[in-house]
Amino acid sequence: MIARILSAAALLAASPVLFADAITGEVQKQATNYTAIVMFVIFIAFTMGITKWAAKRNTSTSDYYTAGGSITGFQNGMAIAGDFMSAASFLGISALVYTSGYDGLIYSIGFLVGWPLILFMIAERLRNLGKFTFSDVASYRLGQTQIRLLSAFGSLIVVAFYLIAQMVGAGKLIQLLFGLDYMVAVVLVGVLMVMYVLFGGMLATTWVQIIKAILLLSGASFMAFMVMKHVGFDFGELFAQAVSIHSKGMAIMSPGGLVSDPISAISLGLALMFGTAGLPHILMRFFTVSDAKEARKSVFYATGFIGYFYILTFIIGFGAILLVSTNPAFKDAAGAVVGGTNMVAIHLASAVGGNLFLGFISAVAFATILAVVAGLTLAGASAVSHDLYACVIKQGKAKEEEEMRVTKITTLALGVVAILLGVIFEKQNIAFMVGLAFSIAASCNFPVLLLSMYWKDLTTRGALFGGALGLIVALVLTILSPTVWVDVLGNAQAIFPYKYPALFSMIAAFAGIWIFSITDKSKSAAAERELFLPQFIRSQTGLGATGAVAH
Amino acid sequence: MHENIYQRIQENPRFKELVAKRGRFAWLLSAVILAAYFAFILLIAFNPGLLGIPLREGSATTWGIPLGVGIIILSFVLTGVYVQRANGEFDRITQEILKEAQQ
Repeated sequence: MIARILSAAALLAASPVLFADAITGEVQKQATNYTAIVMFVIFIAFTMGITKWAAKRNTSTSDYYTAGGSITGFQNGMAIAGDFMSAASFLGISALVYTSGYDGLIYSIGFLVGWPLILFMIAERLRNLGKFTFSDVASYRLGQTQIRLLSAFGSLIVVAFYLIAQMVGAGKLIQLLFGLDYMVAVVLVGVLMVMYVLFGGMLATTWVQIIKAILLLSGASFMAFMVMKHVGFDFGELFAQAVSIHSKGMAIMSPGGLVSDPISAISLGLALMFGTAGLPHILMRFFTVSDAKEARKSVFYATGFIGYFYILTFIIGFGAILLVSTNPAFKDAAGAVVGGTNMVAIHLASAVGGNLFLGFISAVAFATILAVVAGLTLAGASAVSHDLYACVIKQGKAKEEEEMRVTKITTLALGVVAILLGVIFEKQNIAFMVGLAFSIAASCNFPVLLLSMYWKDLTTRGALFGGALGLIVALVLTILSPTVWVDVLGNAQAIFPYKYPALFSMIAAFAGIWIFSITDKSKSAAAERELFLPQFIRSQTGLGATGAVAH
Repeated sequence: MHENIYQRIQENPRFKELVAKRGRFAWLLSAVILAAYFAFILLIAFNPGLLGIPLREGSATTWGIPLGVGIIILSFVLTGVYVQRANGEFDRITQEILKEAQQ
């Protein structure tokens, strides 16, 4: 038992990732890497060409938010996978595998299993009911003003925390990979992401994501292939060698301290599974395909690509134990990995493919960040312009040009805000932020969205109070939890003992929605229940759903 | 006219059949993946040693590896199974119902 606690403590100290989607901790700036910079410039030039091509086709709000519904299921699956395969998850999960082996696999499984549920429960109904954002669906038969306010607020909070984590991660990563200044890196990411979104809209954002996903999957496949070649394509041999080299020995082949008590374990599992189903930039992707058929296919392809990617990171992590931890070239004088354990995948790239391949992987890692922040920005901008401006302020009577103008202003503003947040949070501990984003998505966006599609008796009052309750509980419990109360605020003892709030905040949300809905006897509530039938039929059959826009 | 279409679809026995069939299928598959994942998580929380047992005497590969990778593959296979049936059988019935209703 004591050994287990010790190993848990060691893991927490050694692991750079509490939530494997944020790059945290100190990094040292590396020497300027010109190969990587040249490759990255090629990527930028190419994607800017795509943005220019996309800009010509962006003539309506539908083009701008959803690429006119013209993306195929396969392309969308690739783009969804791209949204999920962030630089932080590539480097973070392979680093987690490197330091503690099996725990990395546990982590990635949590991120993956949400996808089948999204397919079975929400994908086709979402596509049949919605137009641009998931708020379209949540507010379909409920009070537009209240529900759009709630879900736009939920979206923006999720986007903000996710964006901070990505921006800070980007700054640190670019210091490591390219040897550029933190400030330069953050400004560069901010400017480029605004250009993609501002001019290219969803079409360019999707294609940038697809290209990056292909590059990342090819690069990671090559690395995993070289690792397997090194051990004669024998997994037994790979694990046996890793066990004999790793300081923890056989312990890397079984669960370590990542998931310590059942409550935290279930809570983390819930946040990962259902948080995915509440992320606005992911949900938005379901409106870029022409119909429910393609929406389903996109989840199938996305699950395949993401699953394959996690298996690759697992092999890469083990490969790094074999090829990086034993090579003095990647160690500093004290025997630690140069640049921190987040760098093991990058070092492995150099070990198996030389300097040119190292440059390639570094450029891909940067491209990955750009593509992910561009998707987030688009989701944030559409929450402001479509939900808040067009539907709440203008009551659905906004002219298309006006809505587009607001989108563009919001995109610019989000770019500035993202850069500022990146600068403000440079030295802060941001490990909790992606976790918080998932918890809020699981406790506010997801319950409202799910019940709006499934539960006839849901009313505006129930959705509003329950959703707000879930959001507040998730936020407050995260602040009181060890990840913020102790690690960030420096208190000795956490008030809320568990690391992840989702178990409690999701129960609060669902209970709140239920109680405030069934006790709602107002006239509007009765009308909302009446409207369930046409909504139900549309969600089941696609009758009246928005289709693809012909060009 | 619109009210009418909704009414007609709702009263169509084939629509009821579609909703029931698809609902059952979706819940069944959801239950499978939820059960597999939470069984895995609870095993880790309560009895992590079990996943650390070697596949064979003296081998470094433990039971955790095929189980973990198995859940990844299961996720992919289940989505494939659902898409296969939904895009085939269910969509065919849906089209028929819509056609009948619009006549």
